[in-house]
Amino acid sequence: MSALFEFLLRQGDNALVLGHRTSEWCGTGPALEEDIALANTALDLIGQTQLWLGYAAEVEGKGRSANDLAFLRDAYDFKNLLMVEVPNGDFGRTLMRQFLFDAFQVPWLQALCGSSDQRVADIAAKSVKEALYHLERSSETVIALGDGTEESNRRMQAALDLLWPYTGEMFADDAGDIEMAEAGVAPLPSTMRAAWDQTVQSVLAEAMLTAPQSDFAHKGGRTGKRHTEHLGHMLATMQVLQRSHPGAVW
Amino acid sequence: MGVTEAQVWDWLDAVPDPEIPVISVVDLGVVRGVDVTGAAVKVTITPTYSGCPAMSVIALDIETALARQGVTDLTLETRIAPPWTTDWLSDKGRARLEGYGIAPPRAAGGPERCPRCRSTAVERVSQFGSTPCKAQWRCTDCLEPFDYFKCI
Ligand SMILES: [Zn+2]
Repeated sequence: MSALFEFLLRQGDNALVLGHRTSEWCGTGPALEEDIALANTALDLIGQTQLWLGYAAEVEGKGRSANDLAFLRDAYDFKNLLMVEVPNGDFGRTLMRQFLFDAFQVPWLQALCGSSDQRVADIAAKSVKEALYHLERSSETVIALGDGTEESNRRMQAALDLLWPYTGEMFADDAGDIEMAEAGVAPLPSTMRAAWDQTVQSVLAEAMLTAPQSDFAHKGGRTGKRHTEHLGHMLATMQVLQRSHPGAVW
Repeated sequence: MGVTEAQVWDWLDAVPDPEIPVISVVDLGVVRGVDVTGAAVKVTITPTYSGCPAMSVIALDIETALARQGVTDLTLETRIAPPWTTDWLSDKGRARLEGYGIAPPRAAGGPERCPRCRSTAVERVSQFGSTPCKAQWRCTDCLEPFDYFKCI
């Protein structure tokens, strides 16, 4: 597998898995406005998935399409962060995860706008506008719920404690990242840490929440080596139609 | 006699946006280019949001409208760069949006006034609305909720 193909799968799979998880809220959001907001966020992410996986399929050059990559790969071929495959939990946890992801995604996509690969730069420029909008909403919601009632604060702190060990994986460079950085396609993920820390610390302070001290990090999603048990269950639902009726079209 | 690019632009300006039919796909700024070479017509379009579900309908509507004008050799190309911005909404489109009850986008990040009673006393209900390109606001004078076309 070429490093560029793997990089594009990582980009596409993060958007796809988070997009699918977010779409699980469709019709069950805590309020009509929130339901619509979650569905729209999911839609943006699935749109970004089509761009990243579409390019990945071209780079691979084996005649697969974005749909083939999304619906016909198994869990161990997925390259998404573990954090995005963790089940939604309550509304607070879903928005906390969105926030922790958005706080990374915004500076990351901004950096990718200067990629040496023009297609990557174009997709990043399209996606970053949506990511900025998502970050605005997820930050506001984390603050509103964190600095809300005793109950909402307790739930947001529990969500943060649960998700925190998954955040370290975003910044763990590997051989593929180094190759992309040397080619000027993408910066090393570790260089995003300072910007992420700054956004996260300022929002958490306003939200009356405390980041855990531990820097232990679950890893294995970006490499595909060790996904959580949850991804397989999610894919079973997401892929069932193409698996049971191969080639079915809308 | 062959068609001219200006003619094609006119025909496209008669193709309504499928979700906000008072404005055309040209008003919305999704048509980025028209090239005519002999009888061959190439139209370049760009999505508003990357996951905008209206794009396939827009492509089909453009194809149908041009076929009705006798264009048989049509190439439709989708381009994402430079990314779509609300700056590309035409002035005609902005005026029609407001007349239709949707507050047009503003760089300041919120609607200037209620599209119904013109009051400037407005507040945000939600950052998202009935389509990816809209947010929900409310007028605190006439108390009516309204859509605001998000500025991006
Ligand atoms: Zn009013």
